[in-house]
Amino acid sequence: MEKSKENLIQDVVRRSGVNPRKCMKCGKCSGTCPAYDEMEYHPHQFVYMIETGDIEPLLKSKSIYKCLTCFACVDRCPRGVEPAKLIESIRLSVIREQGNNHLTPQMIPELIDEEMPQQALVTAFRKYTK
Amino acid sequence: MKVSYFPGCTLKTKAKDLDEQARACAEILGVTLEEISNWQCCGGAFTTASDEIATKLSSVRALMEANKKGQPLLTVCSACHNVIKQTNVAMKENPDNFAFRANMNLAPDNYNGEAEVIHYLELLRDKVGYDKIKEKVVKPLEGLKVACYYGCLLLRPSKVMAMDDAENPTIMEDLVKALGGEPVYYAYKNECCGGYIALEDAESAMKKSQKISNNAKAQGADVIITACPLCMYNLKKHTKDVPVIYFTELLAKALGIKE
Repeated sequence: MEKSKENLIQDVVRRSGVNPRKCMKCGKCSGTCPAYDEMEYHPHQFVYMIETGDIEPLLKSKSIYKCLTCFACVDRCPRGVEPAKLIESIRLSVIREQGNNHLTPQMIPELIDEEMPQQALVTAFRKYTK
Repeated sequence: MKVSYFPGCTLKTKAKDLDEQARACAEILGVTLEEISNWQCCGGAFTTASDEIATKLSSVRALMEANKKGQPLLTVCSACHNVIKQTNVAMKENPDNFAFRANMNLAPDNYNGEAEVIHYLELLRDKVGYDKIKEKVVKPLEGLKVACYYGCLLLRPSKVMAMDDAENPTIMEDLVKALGGEPVYYAYKNECCGGYIALEDAESAMKKSQKISNNAKAQGADVIITACPLCMYNLKKHTKDVPVIYFTELLAKALGIKE
């Protein structure tokens, strides 16, 4: 494995505080995920692909913006693996690169309506933008 | 009793009624909410990455102020509560990494998660007590069938939030009973409404919100209650059959504040 990719995987895992090798592949995380239908890669696949070093497809996938951080997978994992933290860590690897923000202020007027609470905007910026 | 109060961005704007009802009900129950000075938005979501420091400093600042006054820090909004509580536990559990670096940014304080963080529901259950609330009820809900909607933020991650059993919570149901209502039990009370995905994928939020509302309706609910302005938005926008209100509205009605 090339050095830069190895470093990136190490960064993703260290930053998340998760040990993907604890996973016993029961699939409960994906079974309970409310965003399952919208995801190309599902929570159990994030865990497995990070464990095996296959992270390029994850970095390019829109799935990293579909996780709702509802922590259903974190709470219901029988092995305490915490997949949502790995998904967040991959997303941070992407949006921390210059010019990679997933949401910009210019996009907002088209996305909001009269009733939308401020909470929706600040949370989306916290999740999608650096 | 006095507690430090962090209202958050939305309770000052789109969810003013949640703020006003919470303050008015607290006064009747003998609790004064003292808004902390110069609070800043919590950011709406706790970033789980261990190397994220700056995004958590507004919560740390609020915690420090409450701690100086020796008061618990109270929030009503589910998101503010989630972010501030997760930040506080991170301060306590990571003194050498996160707490050290946060303190370096906010010198000269040396804060390590000593403050108590409570949600308004915990204030009602643990500090006021449902028995006392029962005594103060002047207009009981008379068997109103209430679906209590927790969503994700109040309960998870359960090890950190520790408010109630994350899979079978009863803190809101017990409040409804104290107010003379009848809680209905339904499976989707702790499933996510879609949250901030509403901004860029409204259809996704619609699917999740409709499952929740349909499930509450099937169990005979007259009304759904929530503590979260974003759950309120998603449920109101995408469902029609069961009205959605803040839990404080029921409380205010039962205490005779609101018609």
